[in-house]
Amino acid sequence: MSFARSLRCRQCKREYPLEPLFVCEFCFGSLEVVYDYEAISKSLSRESIAAGPHNIWRYRDLLPVEAEPINMDPGFTPLLPAPNLGRALGLEQLYLKNDCMNPTWSFKDRVVAVAVSKAREFGFQAVACASTGNLANSVAAHAARAGLKAFIFVPHDLEQGKILGTAIYSPTLIAVRGNYDQVNRLCSELADRFPWAFVNINIRPYYAEGSKTLAYEVAEQLGWRAPEAVVVPVASGSLFTKVWKGLHELSQLGLIGPVGSRLFAAQALGCSPVAAAFETGKPIRPVKPDTIAKSLAIGNPADGFFVLQILKECGGQAVAVTDQEIVDGIKLLAETEGIFAETAGGVTVACLQRLVAQGAIRPTELTVALITASGLKTIEAVQDNVPPPITIDPTLASFEQEVGDRAFSAAPSPKDTGRTSHG
Amino acid sequence: MAKKRVMFTFPPDKVTEPVIYQLGHQFRVVTNIRRADVAEDRGWVVLEVEGKDEDIERGLEWVASKGVLVGPVGGDVVEG
Repeated sequence: MSFARSLRCRQCKREYPLEPLFVCEFCFGSLEVVYDYEAISKSLSRESIAAGPHNIWRYRDLLPVEAEPINMDPGFTPLLPAPNLGRALGLEQLYLKNDCMNPTWSFKDRVVAVAVSKAREFGFQAVACASTGNLANSVAAHAARAGLKAFIFVPHDLEQGKILGTAIYSPTLIAVRGNYDQVNRLCSELADRFPWAFVNINIRPYYAEGSKTLAYEVAEQLGWRAPEAVVVPVASGSLFTKVWKGLHELSQLGLIGPVGSRLFAAQALGCSPVAAAFETGKPIRPVKPDTIAKSLAIGNPADGFFVLQILKECGGQAVAVTDQEIVDGIKLLAETEGIFAETAGGVTVACLQRLVAQGAIRPTELTVALITASGLKTIEAVQDNVPPPITIDPTLASFEQEVGDRAFSAAPSPKDTGRTSHG
Repeated sequence: MAKKRVMFTFPPDKVTEPVIYQLGHQFRVVTNIRRADVAEDRGWVVLEVEGKDEDIERGLEWVASKGVLVGPVGGDVVEG
């Protein structure tokens, strides 16, 4: 059963019933799910969570889903110690939350699992979204599994690989001609006119709650404690605010101690309205995105204001990195820890590098970086930045000529290792 | 009559212009401001616009043509 009690306006605090609403009728502020924490505290414990499934539904008491959820086994992704990357950056206790390991290879499966489950619970026959990649993939996949129709809107010039990753699930896929603002306005109007569950519009309060599971998992996988520093990629800012909310919920329920974490917002310089506002101390000014980090390209972030509030409260910072730094971040992560992340992961690693270099994150701090999606989704971002293979003829002579000393310097001899070759 | 909820974001050079007054005056729509934050060099206003569909559409196109960003009340809806 769900302990969700109502929806509440994040601005004026008016409460609404748990319906497909997303905006306060009075002040047009965004709505958020509130829970009966007293009741949750009576049913939830570390032990009850540990006995749950190895996916986000182990935290079902803290999610707003009443009926049996659509389950593609999202979440409970690895939290990997990253000693090599930590050494390269100057951190002694660095962990990577590898959300590439989700059903459609991004953290969006957490939010979409909740949104599509809630949409079916509300009786919607169709789900929808407007996306440049990860969200589209996840909504199409979940709709297929749930037996719901899906309407997916993408920009007309989206890369073929991303279109394929959505089209394979056979949604109604619509490519919209027009600039970024026009696509935004059209989709907002469609959400008003059609009886669809637009996952990040009229189902948004429920959808956003799925992101809290990232915080729950990190705390549980660290042995029920909050990290000292968390680097979070910021697009709409929803993930950032929900990581904060998730940690504080665990603390409120007594599952972890007081939260002393500082959160850091990572953005691409080509779309950095939050980092710019943090830098200037002024309100967020919307921007036209121009970056290779398409998954973070939200020019007018819905939750930007709340991200700035949290940064102030926790003593965090927002930073932005160039496209070249993003590519370098993707490569550094791959070369040191064997994880191939998409551009948002490059943003996270590059911002982490900047924050450590500036002394904002200290070498001994327990630090977690959120890697939110797989690099196979954005290969075009790095394809010109990796060396081609060494091409040789099928002879030993050719091998020795082209590869030469590299082979001998890389391989320890049998004498060194005490093993013999069985060629 | 239709209603539409929108957010206007004003760049520095437009923040002093009476855009909302002109929208109501020229396009026969009723504007109803719900929240706003306006400073000397920037500002945003969340409002409801009520009128005939075609008047609302033409009016919002005119506002956008003035250099004011016209977007959904909850921020951008296109996500990664």
